[in-house]
Amino acid sequence: MSLDTTTIDSIVAQAETAIAQASDPTALDQVRVNFLGKKGLFTEQMKGLGKLSKEEKPKMGQVINIAKQAVQKLLNERGELLRAQEIKEKLAAESIDVTLSGRGTKIGGLHPVTRTIARIESFFGDLGFEVKDGPEVEDDYHNFDALNIPEHHPARQDHDTFYFNPKLVLRTQTSGVQIRTMEVEKPPLRIISPGKVYRNDYDQTHTPMFHQVEGLMVDKDVSFTHLKGILHDFLHHFFEEEVEIRFRPSYFPFTEPSAEVDIMGKNGKWLEVLGCGMVHPNVLRSVGIDPEVYTGFAFGMGVERLTMLRYGVNDLRAFFENDLRFLKQFK
Amino acid sequence: MKFSESWLREWVNPALSSNELAHQITMAGLEVDGVDPVAGEFTGVVIGEVVECGPHPDADKLQVTKISLGDYSSATVEKGELVEIVCGAKNCRLGLKVAVATVGAVLPGDFKIKKAKLRGVPSFGMLCSKSEIGLTSDSDGPSTGIMELAADAPLGQCVREYLDLNDVTIDVDLTANRGDCLGLKGLAREVGVLNALAVTEPTITSVVPTIDDVVAITIDSPEACPRYLGRVIKGINPKATTPLWMVEKLRRCGTRSIDPVVDVTNYVLLELGHPMHAFDLAKIDGGINVRLANKDEKLTLLDENEVTLKEGTLVIADTGVEGAGKALAMAGIFGGLESGVTNATTDIFLESAFFAPLAILGKARQYGLHTDASHRYERGIDPTLQHDAIERATELLLSIVGGEAGPVVEAKSDSTIPQTKDVTLRRTMLDSRIGHHIDDTKVNEILTRLGFTVNATGEGVAKVWQVIVPAYRFDIKIEVDLIEEVARIFGYNNIPNVAPKATLKMREQKEAQLCVSSLKQALVNRDYQEAITYSFVDPKIQALLHPQQAVMTLPHPISSEMSVMRLSLWTGLLQSMVYNQNRQQNRIRLFETGLRFVPDENSENGVRQQNMLAGVISGQRVDEHWSMEKAATDFYDIKGDVEALLALTCDAQAYEFSAAEIAALHPGQTAQITKNGVYVGCVGTLHPELERKLGLNGRTLIFELLLSEVLGQKIPEASDISRFPANRRDLAIVVKEQVSAKEVLQLIEKVGGNYLIDLNLFDVYQGQGIEDGFKSLAIALVLQDSSKTLEEKDITDVIDRVVGTLKTEFNASLRD
Repeated sequence: MSLDTTTIDSIVAQAETAIAQASDPTALDQVRVNFLGKKGLFTEQMKGLGKLSKEEKPKMGQVINIAKQAVQKLLNERGELLRAQEIKEKLAAESIDVTLSGRGTKIGGLHPVTRTIARIESFFGDLGFEVKDGPEVEDDYHNFDALNIPEHHPARQDHDTFYFNPKLVLRTQTSGVQIRTMEVEKPPLRIISPGKVYRNDYDQTHTPMFHQVEGLMVDKDVSFTHLKGILHDFLHHFFEEEVEIRFRPSYFPFTEPSAEVDIMGKNGKWLEVLGCGMVHPNVLRSVGIDPEVYTGFAFGMGVERLTMLRYGVNDLRAFFENDLRFLKQFK
Repeated sequence: MKFSESWLREWVNPALSSNELAHQITMAGLEVDGVDPVAGEFTGVVIGEVVECGPHPDADKLQVTKISLGDYSSATVEKGELVEIVCGAKNCRLGLKVAVATVGAVLPGDFKIKKAKLRGVPSFGMLCSKSEIGLTSDSDGPSTGIMELAADAPLGQCVREYLDLNDVTIDVDLTANRGDCLGLKGLAREVGVLNALAVTEPTITSVVPTIDDVVAITIDSPEACPRYLGRVIKGINPKATTPLWMVEKLRRCGTRSIDPVVDVTNYVLLELGHPMHAFDLAKIDGGINVRLANKDEKLTLLDENEVTLKEGTLVIADTGVEGAGKALAMAGIFGGLESGVTNATTDIFLESAFFAPLAILGKARQYGLHTDASHRYERGIDPTLQHDAIERATELLLSIVGGEAGPVVEAKSDSTIPQTKDVTLRRTMLDSRIGHHIDDTKVNEILTRLGFTVNATGEGVAKVWQVIVPAYRFDIKIEVDLIEEVARIFGYNNIPNVAPKATLKMREQKEAQLCVSSLKQALVNRDYQEAITYSFVDPKIQALLHPQQAVMTLPHPISSEMSVMRLSLWTGLLQSMVYNQNRQQNRIRLFETGLRFVPDENSENGVRQQNMLAGVISGQRVDEHWSMEKAATDFYDIKGDVEALLALTCDAQAYEFSAAEIAALHPGQTAQITKNGVYVGCVGTLHPELERKLGLNGRTLIFELLLSEVLGQKIPEASDISRFPANRRDLAIVVKEQVSAKEVLQLIEKVGGNYLIDLNLFDVYQGQGIEDGFKSLAIALVLQDSSKTLEEKDITDVIDRVVGTLKTEFNASLRD
């Protein structure tokens, strides 16, 4: 004879309907209690097994268990679905305008002159040039005499020097740091020295204070070809393009041969960006280095000029007005 | 120096355009600053002669003329036609040769000449002044009427051609070593060298004396004046005028025409690069004596200023009677007014001297002078050129102002006249300095072309050139001078670029040394903008910030607002703040690093130059934001910035903040920062009175740090972390409001014992529930041990100890 499963089937059918109708996890849990709880319909059925015959009991038990499992599975599935829905609704309610600006501190910026100096220091630092500082109020010995510019030398007049007294000046060039370095250190030497310099001149193309980076390399067998090589290399890297460069003979009392270096501007005109040369034997001698054994090159570049060319700044005076609308363009 | 290209080409004429020539000399070290046309753009201006000249019937100031243009013809002028022109110039007169702009001519500025009627009289063109065809320079005075051309000017010739106006003025910025190029002679020589061309010098003839008059010359300072030539010229015509060709050449070299005698001396100066001077013979009493100025001797110069001559100034004096001579001129610098040539002078004494550069150097400057003569004598002139110069000047003078020349009198001291020099150039040095081998033939050729006498010996690396340098290249003294000459003529751009080789030697990098850039970056990350302000500031503003402090003053500043060296970076930063506030910037955060200059006898050169870091902020704490509270920035904002900087040292605890009084700052909102008792810097609110005086808008916070004191970094020493849990206990205590947070926290730290690993004051409260004059501080104590879990008793012991001590020390009570 076959088992009568009509009741079980009907409970399962009821459960299916109830599960499908449960619209939130609480309702679903109530359904679970109603069917699978201690007093639920399936529990009642299990209790009814006792009335069955010995043969029927296990079979019927199995039927009920299978049915329970099926209902449990449905409950689980419905539960997952309802939770997913609930999370989805919750997230939807939490959505915000992600285009509004964030909270917290903004970022400021370095002065463009600092930025250029940092780049120059990095290029030469990588080649083992050490950064040196020097005083800005300087004695005339380090600013002039030791650089082969004795008192009354016509070249002194080109400097528009700020004098405190005949022996004390605001340095007109960073070259004095060469002397201060060579007074205490001996070759091989590789240094650069960025800093402020001063000239008594103020117009559209001159400010009474500006920045230079001095460079010096002294060793055996340092030659003019090396000076040319390193400066070509630097200018190409600084501008990150193959700028047209020319070396033009010039005169500085502390170098010989001396040169000025021009680069071709975007307007098709040559622009002077630095002065350089082979360290004059008198300069080496004045710091006790034998010019028959050692040679060296030195250069001095105008930081503002390089910065103007690099970033398209048109007015030199902007560098010292500190107008935030200007400065904030440099991060 | 400015020079006329066509004048140069009279000496040497390379097949180069004007621009090519300018480029060539630039690349030889004579940097060209400008190439400018000597006249404006114009056409249709020809030479004419005034053949009729009568008054205008209806205008007093106008004349009606008829002008002959010779055989000239054009679209508007028939050959042989007399052109009627109405002219307003006073100097228009019968027989004058003039520049005629005919109908159809176009003058500079695109000014077209048309037929016109002037007060009823027709006019078919215009008689031109210099300025109307662009022949004036800024230094010229007002126009003196129409141009007066030479009597022999050919009728009908184009004025451009006649005056050679397709010429340019080349302005060359000569370096201090190239005094030899301060004249056409030297420039031509250089251009000859560069183009391997011979130079045609003007022939200078010795003028045969026609009178015997001489002035005796004595030299007391032969070192300063090795050679002095003089010559008397009598009976010159004081009414003579300088011919147009000379006026034009002078003009194109940037020199204004004065009178014929001065013009000739200037002409020789430009042509030969040799300064000359002319005295009024009548004003010379006795002979000429070249000597140093006497003490307190006075001289009135040509610019009518009287100067008291300084000792060491070389003068040209006369001998006077019985040795009572007077200074006539400042040698090599400036003539005297008294002995100068005037429009009444008929007899002159001409000077051509060699003054040693060392005798002239710096002297003009002592009197605030700089003249064409001093410029040349300071740099050096050719010591062999005095005879040529005086003969050239005599010849030109006689042809322009007439007169009779006496013999040339020369006083000299052979031993002090610079001699030609012998300089040796070694192949080894040439190669090692240049780094590129220029072969023997090329070196020989360059040296020879430069006019040096060359004697080469040895071969290969032993090659040596013995070079005799001519007197005019006084800048060539030592071997490197020759190396530079070889490189220069060879062409710097023909020398290859080679990367230098160097010994790889690792550089010291001190880990315990912070770099300034990391501090700067920290401030940038906190929304500060870096500024760079001038190191010289306004003394008035600085005195407000740093009253009663000694300061370094610049005797000759750019302006009084930039006349003292800064004592801190504050003056510049606060001025930048005002500048930006005046430009609608409301929230400002600036910092700067740089030297301050404090007078200090114990420092090198009497000045302590210290690198500072300073910052200044004002406005809102944060930029206006949809979700952040608006609040004006205050002391604790800027203190937080300073603390962040100090934290970079990994040793923040070593820096102590304590209330302080600093003149520029708010007396109740100022902290000074010290480390081991040494001043490191300060931070505070700017004094409200100063805010008002400086024109600042709202509360301004400011700090400064001595960079040297904040760049030390502690190298970390790691310790084990505890595996046991930490316990937090919060205390709320009530103390008098004068008790500082620092005192309370220091005390807790002192008595907290080893378990206390962290301490944080997280609330300050005053108001309801707290008695007036008191405040409540909420402090979190974190306790932990490294070897065990703390028991409740351990914890209460610490808390009881802390509370007890606080009560004893500060009469603190626990808040209910």
